Amino acid sequence: MQLTLAKALNEGLRAAMESDPRVLLMGEDIGKLGGVFRVTDGLQKDFGEDRVFDTPLAESGIIGTAIGLAIRGYRPVCEIQFDGFVYPAYDQIVSQLAKMHARSKGSVAMPVVIRIPYGGGIGAVEHHSESPEAYFAHTAGLKVVSPSNPADAYTMIQQAIASNDPVVFFEPKRRYWEKAEVDTEAVPDPLWRSRITRPGSDLTLLAYGPMVRTCLDAAAAAEEEGRSLEVVDLRTLSPLDFDTIRESVRRTRRAVVVHEAPRSIGLGAELAARLSEELYYEMEAPVLRVTGYDIPYPPSRVEEEYLPDLDRVLHAVDRSLAY
Amino acid sequence: MTVTPEATTTPLVQLLTPEGERLHHPDYDVDLTDDDYRSFYRDLVLVRRIDVEATALQRQGELGLWASLLGQEAAQVGSGRALRPQDFAFPTYREHGVAWCKGVDPLTLLALFRGASNGGWDPQEKRFNLYTIVIGSQTLHATGYAMGIQKDGAVGDSDGEAVIAYFGDGASSQGDVNEAFVWSAAYNAPIVFFCQNNQWGISTPTSTQSRIPLYKRAEGFGFPGVRVDGNDVLASYAVTRAALDAARTGQGPTLVEAFTYRMGAHTTSDDPTRYRLSSDLEAWKLKDPLERMRSFLFKQQIGDSSFIDSVDADADELAARIRKGCLEMPDPDPLSMFDDVYADQTVLLEEQREELGTYLAGFAGGGH
Repeated sequence: MQLTLAKALNEGLRAAMESDPRVLLMGEDIGKLGGVFRVTDGLQKDFGEDRVFDTPLAESGIIGTAIGLAIRGYRPVCEIQFDGFVYPAYDQIVSQLAKMHARSKGSVAMPVVIRIPYGGGIGAVEHHSESPEAYFAHTAGLKVVSPSNPADAYTMIQQAIASNDPVVFFEPKRRYWEKAEVDTEAVPDPLWRSRITRPGSDLTLLAYGPMVRTCLDAAAAAEEEGRSLEVVDLRTLSPLDFDTIRESVRRTRRAVVVHEAPRSIGLGAELAARLSEELYYEMEAPVLRVTGYDIPYPPSRVEEEYLPDLDRVLHAVDRSLAY
Repeated sequence: MTVTPEATTTPLVQLLTPEGERLHHPDYDVDLTDDDYRSFYRDLVLVRRIDVEATALQRQGELGLWASLLGQEAAQVGSGRALRPQDFAFPTYREHGVAWCKGVDPLTLLALFRGASNGGWDPQEKRFNLYTIVIGSQTLHATGYAMGIQKDGAVGDSDGEAVIAYFGDGASSQGDVNEAFVWSAAYNAPIVFFCQNNQWGISTPTSTQSRIPLYKRAEGFGFPGVRVDGNDVLASYAVTRAALDAARTGQGPTLVEAFTYRMGAHTTSDDPTRYRLSSDLEAWKLKDPLERMRSFLFKQQIGDSSFIDSVDADADELAARIRKGCLEMPDPDPLSMFDDVYADQTVLLEEQREELGTYLAGFAGGGH
């Protein structure tokens, strides 16, 4: 069936709740309102206020109590309303949630999912367009994933909930309304696998979440100029599926990383470092990055100049191919 | 959602009934002239007009978002007018009425919601800090500022300085707000916590945030709390002024809970019909802050219809200026996004600015 990414998440959450009565949904305005992006629309009505509940307005409280619920045997799925609102919960995520399994020598699992709509491009005010994934991918004990399309959204949210490790689940909010076919019977790829979404031979574009669509568009445009770009949808940011990444870049011998988050010390830096460590003699060009700049997210009237787009991706492709 | 029992049984400081009858309270009163009363009314009308015009501009695509203050004009104008020039306010993102009282041009507020700026005014000059979108964070900033006033010895007599921190019922659940209570009590900081309880944190009723009336929280932290009719501009003024005076004279913090109602949506992105009853809205319409002030002016015979008309004409003029200013507002220069990130600019950002500049100039030349 054709579903938007938001509706696919909704269906995925529904399936997870049906299959496991210990799955709880908690967050600000997720009940009657169905969340500000309607991802949890109708779930409180169908599963009751015990399993789908509006929390007080306190993000640290959301994650802190989710940890307690997990110790008690529940599988909480927490919604953080917007990317820029996650920081009050940072201590609970980074110092508590991420470390509990290791500190308890494995006796306490933390099957907690933190859903965060992220990224820009929707003309929003401050704190509503950020890409904070690197903070979490940098933290041992957390796993970090991001779907780019409705089919992955449907399966990945279920797999994240089934995971016994805490998963920060970044949802590309500007893609919430994009529709695609979702086969609910299909056998899903493992959660910790990246995917070659478009095969190519001249260069590999490495992207995730909202930038996968941008890269696919860029690859289609490049094809008209006779260039064959491969697009890898990372899907999992921590752990990275370096087997898939390595295999792709070994063939194309060139890589460009694309993300909305600021450039320095981000996912692109990690990918570039690892590619140079492992494929130094096989690559024809340095790994290039097309990213946001190292500044606070700008006012939305100039966000188009901040965000990577098709032209900036192709510009980097030109530079890589010129080596 | 029905009105909680304590909402009807809790004492509420009120100086003006919804019908515009003037009441007297043993602890709180105002000493206003007829001109003052008229100018209070004028502020209420102008502030509402700013809000209505901004909402219309958002609907027409000129603003990305607008957070309406509809229904909260009296709480904001009353508390805003109680501030002395030396007092410093820390707003949320909905204090357009306080901004008005502090002399912040409405167009600078609109620039923020249009996406043309992330701030727009000089907080020091206006003694009005930048809007804070992340819920409750500003209450700690306000507490720190108040501690600074104390360290400067600018507290203790009737000309002392005071701080007001605005927040809402939703924010009362945040750790930062509770920490601000603890800190201000620990240091006896010269601060007024002004909570506009508009009954809703987006779709979440105040009952999810607190089992007791919010003003009662203060007692547990060791300072006084008072609930005022937030739709009564005179009571909001009187209570805030008394709390500010207590702060400036060294008596420490007060929590003021202005009991009001968010007549509109949380923001223009919200649809309140999904979660609240229209009968609630109808009940609160009868408590409208503008209507009661207008009734009072008529009853006291200190404002006639020609005065009301002249205020409406001023509002029309203001609305026209806002609309024109919004439509003519230039977009920022993209390269300005690299400005002011640091006090001392870094080499990295200079390089990135040059990179973007060169890239954009390439388009001007006709290719990428």
